[in-house]
Amino acid sequence: MITYLAKRLIAIIPLLLGITLISFFVIRMAPGKPVMLQQSLNPKISLEEIKRLEKLEGMDKPLLVQYKNWLWNMLRFNFGRSISDGRLVVDKIMERLSVTLTINILSLLFLFLFAIPIGVKAALKANTAFGHITTFLTFLFFAAPTFWLALLAMQLFCIQLKWLPISGITSLDFEYLSWWGKLADLSRHLVLPVIVSSIGGIAGLSRYMRSGMLEALSQPYIYTARSKGLSEKLVVYKHALRNALLPLVTIVGLSIPGLLGGSIIFESIFSIPGIGKLFYEAAMMRDINLIMAEVVLVAILTMLGNLIADISYAYVDPRIRYKK
Amino acid sequence: MKNRALISGIVFIIALSCVAAFAPLLSPYDPAAINQDNLLSAPSSAHLLGTDSLGRDLLSRIIYGARISLSVGLVAVGIATLIGLSIGCLAGFYAGFLDMLLMRLVDVMLCFPTFYLILAVTAIAGPSVFNIMLIIGLTSWMGVARLVRAEILSLKEREFIQAATAIGATHFRIILRHLIPNALTPILVNATLGVSAAILIESGLSFLGLGVQPPTASWGNILIESKSTLGVAWWITVFPGLSILITILGFNIFAEGLKKEIG
Repeated sequence: MITYLAKRLIAIIPLLLGITLISFFVIRMAPGKPVMLQQSLNPKISLEEIKRLEKLEGMDKPLLVQYKNWLWNMLRFNFGRSISDGRLVVDKIMERLSVTLTINILSLLFLFLFAIPIGVKAALKANTAFGHITTFLTFLFFAAPTFWLALLAMQLFCIQLKWLPISGITSLDFEYLSWWGKLADLSRHLVLPVIVSSIGGIAGLSRYMRSGMLEALSQPYIYTARSKGLSEKLVVYKHALRNALLPLVTIVGLSIPGLLGGSIIFESIFSIPGIGKLFYEAAMMRDINLIMAEVVLVAILTMLGNLIADISYAYVDPRIRYKK
Repeated sequence: MKNRALISGIVFIIALSCVAAFAPLLSPYDPAAINQDNLLSAPSSAHLLGTDSLGRDLLSRIIYGARISLSVGLVAVGIATLIGLSIGCLAGFYAGFLDMLLMRLVDVMLCFPTFYLILAVTAIAGPSVFNIMLIIGLTSWMGVARLVRAEILSLKEREFIQAATAIGATHFRIILRHLIPNALTPILVNATLGVSAAILIESGLSFLGLGVQPPTASWGNILIESKSTLGVAWWITVFPGLSILITILGFNIFAEGLKKEIG
């Protein structure tokens, strides 16, 4: 297990190098320079001034040298300053990271909580009305653009029914609430973003769970289990379910880039001050340092998710551990 | 044995293509025509799906939006499939070092926060339909590459490939005439699902204001207005989203039908 873990950890280094290399060059080589923004905001700026600004940011050097410098700084956790307000990029991200992580972790929990039972039920009742309806519904929700669902949910719950607040993560009087009041206020604000951002995933994952379960139920070992007289409950939940759950672990790892990508849209819709909204603002301002730092952060989170998924897979399935 | 999913998928895709192709004939109004006397009017017999905050006919804008969605979906997937096909063929056919290198590139791209990169590039390079097609295509070829590689690895030991090698066919010919045609159906399934994904990305980008720019209508950028008209004009939220939903559903059903064909 330890060798397996070490191998996986070492494999992260070239991956991260590749990701930073590609994004650095793609973003730097895209037509339109970051300094141009300052120029376009100020029509009186002279050519010398632009040159000076470029020099200040080190943007007059060859790209490879710039990449080397950037990489060196990254290793020391220095991502430079934000072009828009001059604050340290690391600070700006850190103060917003916890919100995004909380929402995404809650979404993942929701995902499991609903997708697994729905998928299992749909598989067990494959040829009944319930089975057909869930298949149809999951297919439908899988195709629905989630930001549209968010808009519809806002329209219904925040405007027509007035049950939930429409934006942000806290109310104006948040400071003065008791501890429980704060928790209640936060949950009222977070419930829509969390549910809506997990709906697409629930639909996808339960479809996956359903086919995995059907597949497992048709395996020879299920015949064996049944023919030796095990109860249906034991056959389904011990023998079939445990095997059908295995691939799910990997799927969750793969769904992390999607969740974090979705954060950009969700946080913009619900005005949530997380890293998704921060990234959107950074992209609009062409704030290159901030953009690069977030790309690295999200890549690291993705790889971390994959790593955890792989380790859990190796943990639950010993065959993986001993394979070379 | 009838494959209902496949048939309804094909019918849908043909219908949508017709809507996109004959948009000028089908739409009742000019999609960009501003009408000051008819701002945010509810669906009626004059404007079947209502009008937006500039008085433009929503139905016409949605019909024209089909052009954007369909062309972004098809071109982006075309680019992705072409790249994926080439990389998958190279990796599968010439195993060894090249294979290792290309597959590591696939790993890197799969860990990539693609939506973040797409957003950054469209923001810096400037949002245009062409840029969006290109960048979606360049960031979504990994699935095809893996698929083609696996297909080729399993196909290339088969006798008909050995026979082709024996009669002196060039590598290029073997790949193009013998390997790719045999891997075509899974590639097509992948491409169909890719169209759905590309349409979703485009609508998301346009919704964020970094996609197709107004006054050109796209389903995503019509929805921008829905944030400010929530509770005032439900039609602006409902209909463009419904168009996206139905389109994605259509392509997914087609893909489902194709999968059934393979068995």
